[in-house]
Amino acid sequence: MAVSRREFLQGGALATALVLTGKKAEAGGADAPQMRTKGLKSSTTICPFCAVGCGLVVHTKDGKIVNIEGDTEHPINQGALCSKGSALFQVANNEHRLQKVMYRAPGSDKFEEKSWDWALERISQKMKDTRDKTFKAKEINKKDNKEYVVNRTEGMAFLGGAGLDNEECYLWSKFARSMGVANLEHQARI
Amino acid sequence: MTNHWIDLKNSDAILAIGCNPAENHPISFKWIEAAMDNGGKLLAVDPRFTRTASKADHYAQIRPGTDIAYLGGMINYALQNNLTHKEYVAEYTNASFIVNDKFEFEEGIFCAFDDQEKTYDPKAWAYEVDAAGVARRDKSLQDPRCVYQQMKKHFSRYSVDMVCSVTGTNKDDYLAVAKAFCATGRPDKAGTILYAMGITQSTHGTQNVRAVAMLQMLLGNIGIAGGGVNALRGESNVQGSTDYGLLFHILPGYLKSPEYDNVDLKAYLDKWTPKTKDPKSANWWGNTPKYTVSLLKAWYGDNATPENSFCYDYLPKRSGNYSFVKLMEKMGRGELQGLVCMGQNPAVGGPDSLATRDALGKLDWLVTVDLWETETSIFWKRPGVNPKEIKTEVFMLPAASSVEKEGSISNSGRWAQWRYKAAEPVGEAKSDLWIIDKFFQGVRKAYQKGGVFPEPVTKLAWNYGNHEEPDVHLVAKEINGYFTKDTTIVDKDKTLEFKKGDQVPMFKYLQDDGSTVSGCWIYCGSYTKDGNQMARRDAADPTGLGMFPKWSWCWPVNRRIIYNRASVNPDGIPYNAKRAVIAWDLVEKKWKGDVPDGPWPPLNDKEGKHPFIMVPEGHGRLYALDLKDGPFPEHYEPIESPAKNLFSRTQTNPAVKIPANMTSDTNKYPFIGTTYRMTEHWQAGAMTRSLPWLVELVPTMFVEISETLARTKGVNNGDQVRITTERGSIEAKALVTSRLKPFNVQGKMVEQVGLPWHFGYAGLATGDSGNVLTPSVGCANTSIPEFKAFLCNIEKGGKRA
Repeated sequence: MAVSRREFLQGGALATALVLTGKKAEAGGADAPQMRTKGLKSSTTICPFCAVGCGLVVHTKDGKIVNIEGDTEHPINQGALCSKGSALFQVANNEHRLQKVMYRAPGSDKFEEKSWDWALERISQKMKDTRDKTFKAKEINKKDNKEYVVNRTEGMAFLGGAGLDNEECYLWSKFARSMGVANLEHQARI
Repeated sequence: MTNHWIDLKNSDAILAIGCNPAENHPISFKWIEAAMDNGGKLLAVDPRFTRTASKADHYAQIRPGTDIAYLGGMINYALQNNLTHKEYVAEYTNASFIVNDKFEFEEGIFCAFDDQEKTYDPKAWAYEVDAAGVARRDKSLQDPRCVYQQMKKHFSRYSVDMVCSVTGTNKDDYLAVAKAFCATGRPDKAGTILYAMGITQSTHGTQNVRAVAMLQMLLGNIGIAGGGVNALRGESNVQGSTDYGLLFHILPGYLKSPEYDNVDLKAYLDKWTPKTKDPKSANWWGNTPKYTVSLLKAWYGDNATPENSFCYDYLPKRSGNYSFVKLMEKMGRGELQGLVCMGQNPAVGGPDSLATRDALGKLDWLVTVDLWETETSIFWKRPGVNPKEIKTEVFMLPAASSVEKEGSISNSGRWAQWRYKAAEPVGEAKSDLWIIDKFFQGVRKAYQKGGVFPEPVTKLAWNYGNHEEPDVHLVAKEINGYFTKDTTIVDKDKTLEFKKGDQVPMFKYLQDDGSTVSGCWIYCGSYTKDGNQMARRDAADPTGLGMFPKWSWCWPVNRRIIYNRASVNPDGIPYNAKRAVIAWDLVEKKWKGDVPDGPWPPLNDKEGKHPFIMVPEGHGRLYALDLKDGPFPEHYEPIESPAKNLFSRTQTNPAVKIPANMTSDTNKYPFIGTTYRMTEHWQAGAMTRSLPWLVELVPTMFVEISETLARTKGVNNGDQVRITTERGSIEAKALVTSRLKPFNVQGKMVEQVGLPWHFGYAGLATGDSGNVLTPSVGCANTSIPEFKAFLCNIEKGGKRA
């Protein structure tokens, strides 16, 4: 963890300090609410957890995310968040996040670090080899014993999408079909 | 959702069945409570006394998997007590349609059932048509063969006593819910039904949803403010991923994915473009050719021409069922060599997860793209296995989080909302857009040197700028669609001129001749010449109903409440003037309010159209024509059940084949198991079990049992227990609670065992996975597994006790 909750509450939020000292906020003073985020850049986002679609504001300083809170202007949540939405800050700042491409060779008992170039080259080749080996151009249908063109890759499946952006889902859908992947599913089926 | 979150405030009665919004969609409660502040009633129907139930005016306990009995009983209650919205039912639903005289139903089986194949022939359930081919109707609803009378007869068996003996519900509680909700059949009242996986995760899940929709149609609750059939979706963009066709049976925009016998584009369009002979039916899917050709143009660009049927041959054709459960079975048989998981964790999220984990070891290669290590990405070193024996090659790729990239997501109310990039991804993490682009670039490069049938890859249109990462705005613009040449369109009295490259303003201008591109027709209008509509932040609410028409953008055509033509009478006058969604302005000859469901004048006008525009008959279906398990919902028991079906001799859904590892042996497994979610964790847990704040709140796997079961088993709160089903066995800490009570199953009290399913062996907080226990059997129509109702045993102890 980059910042523990305690450190964050003590160091980051002057509003908390205000409660602790009992000092009244004065307009424009150092303890005024707007001073909490003074000098920070802000942008809006939508919560990545459930599908209510609550708005949040992300504050950054020197390119680093220093605060995330509910967007008071958002008509659905009007600034409110649940425990998951409130914890989005810890998704952005979290020592458990994957930071490197990791590879596990067949039969190995550990991951090893690899470069993107190495992994992407190898994955593309695996995808192509699997498509080439398992591509079914035609098949005889069992029901009517007729031959049909199916142009389908049998040996490869693609899963996921509910956590992707729409534009990503779209390209994933487009790419999957171009690869002949009919084994295409995501979380909505379960 | 037919409606949207803020619209919940407009309800007079909110029925939450098979969902727990206070727990799983907490902010929705802001709007549920707003309705309650205005006198609206909250009704909670659930096996457990949930957080939602604790706030409800009435709570009714229901045994898992008996929703059709419950809802069928409410349908019967509304019909018997004359509480339906008469004009709505006669004019807007298929209640008046005459069913052919061969239709039969006996002992739980509808006509035309093939007992060998376990399939129906739905053609046998067709309407009777007149000489012109239009379905015959009796708007008086008196004809014994009309849908209304058949429905009344079917559900007359769902008496209060019968229902309560099946569902185990206390009769007073049941009647309180039925009375409060069916009171919304009045034209000036609105009732909404909220549901989630408690309704869908069942071997008759689709029929559960249908029962919800039927009740809402009978009460005139669809299309109105505060009404609707509202699925509370669980992931932030599961609506979008469905819209974009990441399922085996659909292409983007709910176009059907081609089947093997759709041998060419013409055959495909003939099969999937519905026809109507009723001039008052809009039959919106009649536009299928325009949407399909615009999609193919988005995918194959200039390579897609009328001469080559717009590259239709490049699409894979399906032969059978490739649903999640079937894919896992296929993987277990060693028939899949490669699997790519884009933020999905099948080792925890799917049913019978021990089988899935073993099946992953049959792959040659696995790619996972995630923010974290997941149970799937480390399956080869999971507890109890020897990595040396697992030959799968694993690539674990680091993905950017939602605040480290730009793009849109669609919430449950169909609002597509834009998100901005606040910071660079951590370490070497990359956006999924970047990763997908690199996959494609790599594969295309490889196919340019040759390979099997390379054209579908090498001819794919993929033009998203020249930067390191695809330009997400170019992707969004392609999804919306643009003109491929200068085009003139005559729209009634207007002539519209478009230049090549102009964004298409809305989907009614899409064409089937290749002159338009649109990657997902339902999103046409989201990115126009006026810019990115999904990024809008104008908080104006002109109707006061909370529609916020200029905040973000929602599909279709920014219509906030779909089927809204049913909110007005056939003259265009709102049924409820106080909460008018749309109204016909007689002077200006146009609709005011929300974007209407089509531009046509009210139904009684000669140009008017029926309101349920997505079915070819234009009427909401109280009687379904195309489902795999019957035209009416009928109660069947879950596959694993302690009860006999009291409604018929057909114990379980006859259109569902039962797999081997299931049993209803109550000597071995005397308790009803069910799974669910909680506020503090999310889905398979990767996104929450490594967040210290959330881990502090809920650190470990637990199982909820009643005080009576705890006493019987000698279990105290916090004791370690072992739960077992025919699929496997897990350990958890016992949470003894008065929120769970045994069910009355035909006079015998049967205990329930409640399990969250968020845990696994990866991440900061670990625990056994609830889905080790759940059965791999699915809904007859959708194949969604029956996670919600199975049989189990529970014993004190376990190796960690």
